[in-house]
Amino acid sequence: MGLRQVAALEQDVAAWMGARGMLELRGLTRRFGATVAVDHVDLDVPAGQMVGIIGRSGAGKSTLLRMINRLETPSSGQILSGGRDVTALEGRGLREWRRDCAMVFQQFNLVQRLDVLTNVLIGRLAWQRGWRSLMVLVGARFTAEERAMALAALDRFGLAETALQRAETLSGGQQQRVALCRALLQQPRLVLADEPIASLDPRNAQLVMDALRDVNRHDGLTVLVNLHHLDTARQYCDRIVAMQAGRIVFDGTPAALTPERVRAVYGITEQEFAAEAEARRRAAEPAPVTLAVA
Amino acid sequence: METEGSLAFWMYRLDSWAWLLFETANMAALATLAGAGAALLLAFPAARNLGAGRVLNPLARRLLEAMRTVPEIVFALIFVWAFGVGPLAGILAIAVHTAGACGKLFAESIENTGLGAWAGVRSAGGGWAQACRFAILPQVAPSLLSYALLRFEINLRSASVIGFVGAGGIGEELYKVIAFNYYEEISAILLLVILAVFAIDLLSERLRHRVIGAMR
Ligand SMILES: Nc1ncnc2c1ncn2[C@@H]1O[C@H](COP(=O)(O)OP(=O)(O)OP(=O)(O)O)[C@@H](O)[C@H]1O
Ligand SMILES: [Mg+2]
Repeated sequence: MGLRQVAALEQDVAAWMGARGMLELRGLTRRFGATVAVDHVDLDVPAGQMVGIIGRSGAGKSTLLRMINRLETPSSGQILSGGRDVTALEGRGLREWRRDCAMVFQQFNLVQRLDVLTNVLIGRLAWQRGWRSLMVLVGARFTAEERAMALAALDRFGLAETALQRAETLSGGQQQRVALCRALLQQPRLVLADEPIASLDPRNAQLVMDALRDVNRHDGLTVLVNLHHLDTARQYCDRIVAMQAGRIVFDGTPAALTPERVRAVYGITEQEFAAEAEARRRAAEPAPVTLAVA
Repeated sequence: METEGSLAFWMYRLDSWAWLLFETANMAALATLAGAGAALLLAFPAARNLGAGRVLNPLARRLLEAMRTVPEIVFALIFVWAFGVGPLAGILAIAVHTAGACGKLFAESIENTGLGAWAGVRSAGGGWAQACRFAILPQVAPSLLSYALLRFEINLRSASVIGFVGAGGIGEELYKVIAFNYYEEISAILLLVILAVFAIDLLSERLRHRVIGAMR
């Protein structure tokens, strides 16, 4: 089969997945005691879309993404992918679903004391089974193909030189791109990024967002990304979903999310929204080392 | 020739005692290795933060408790009765106690690690054991190794007296000479044991710091 045919086949599959819905949420709800973190969310995401989810602190964005990956168990409602119900998967099925929808976290969630290459190779764990899985478990020996894959992914984001360094020696922006490499090694269909740039400085934030867009455009992966900067969401996403108190209060194109709409939805101006987001970013950042002068 | 009171007279059985001391050190090393190995396997299900399940978690915790609350000498008596007199009984007894003591410390060490990496591995479809191996073990390895080496020093002392109940090592000889009131021998053996423990303490401490330094 030639490369072109493969591409055509992939498009067919994508079209089919799109027709059935890459991801469909039906009345998805999650309660924590009295708080309803996510409240009857209905959402259809076709394949290949880059969706930005925005909302103020506590709106339920993280809970929503974590539920899709099943790190959090839904209280009620359904998660469907390609027409298949994944809400109640367990065991091997659940692990395969998680492999298909890679997570990227605000705090990167790398293994700090492991080298970068092994961190990326963690994305392969769900592909191994039986004897091989046991061998990897005991000896941490991945195959040459897997390591080549990991290196290629690192190289793509300019991180090949860091492959043998410990993750903890990397900057935040580098760590987040390593986390994205790990996600890519899962060969997922969906990437769920929970505030991937919230702990990064503007330059690194741009690098990571560019990488996410690249993954969406060139690899055709569907991306759901939680953001709290409206400008970032408008700049990178095909579609914006705004949440408030666990509900979807806006769902449309970036152009449709005008400052008036923001005001109507959140009751605050866009400037106030941005200031709030910036304050949260500052709070998430490690405190800068300064000499206090009394 | 008058030899009584000389160093040669005092240490006249140095060769066999040296051998017994060597056996004692080997018992301690083997017991530490086996015990720490078992502790490592039990610590993951015993840790409260890894969600090992409502059956496995309490089971592992109770097992570790039982292994560390029962004194080594009691295990030694049981194993001497089961496997006969000799070092095997001593090694097993010390190993079981070590598993209990180290297992608790290992589990605490695991409970004190952040779960960020854990979520990373699980979200990628990694299984429970894979997450233990890749997300937790690399983070806790230095402290676990340090505990195990510290335990080796403790086990050396235990191995020197566990022979009192017939479980091998220099303790058997010590028990014998005490029973016969051979005061010179008692003092000689005690001195040797103290010297050996002192030497190994020093060595192990150096090793511990080097290992931890290298792993940092
Ligand atoms: N594990 C939990 N236990 C109890 N309450 C929780 C838990 N996780 C989330 N919540 C609550 O659910 C609501 C939604 O939280 P969530 O973290 O999803 O919001 P968010 O939109 O991601 O906010 P942020 O921008 O601050 O990350 C909040 O009120 C939060 O306090
Ligand atoms: Mg959040």
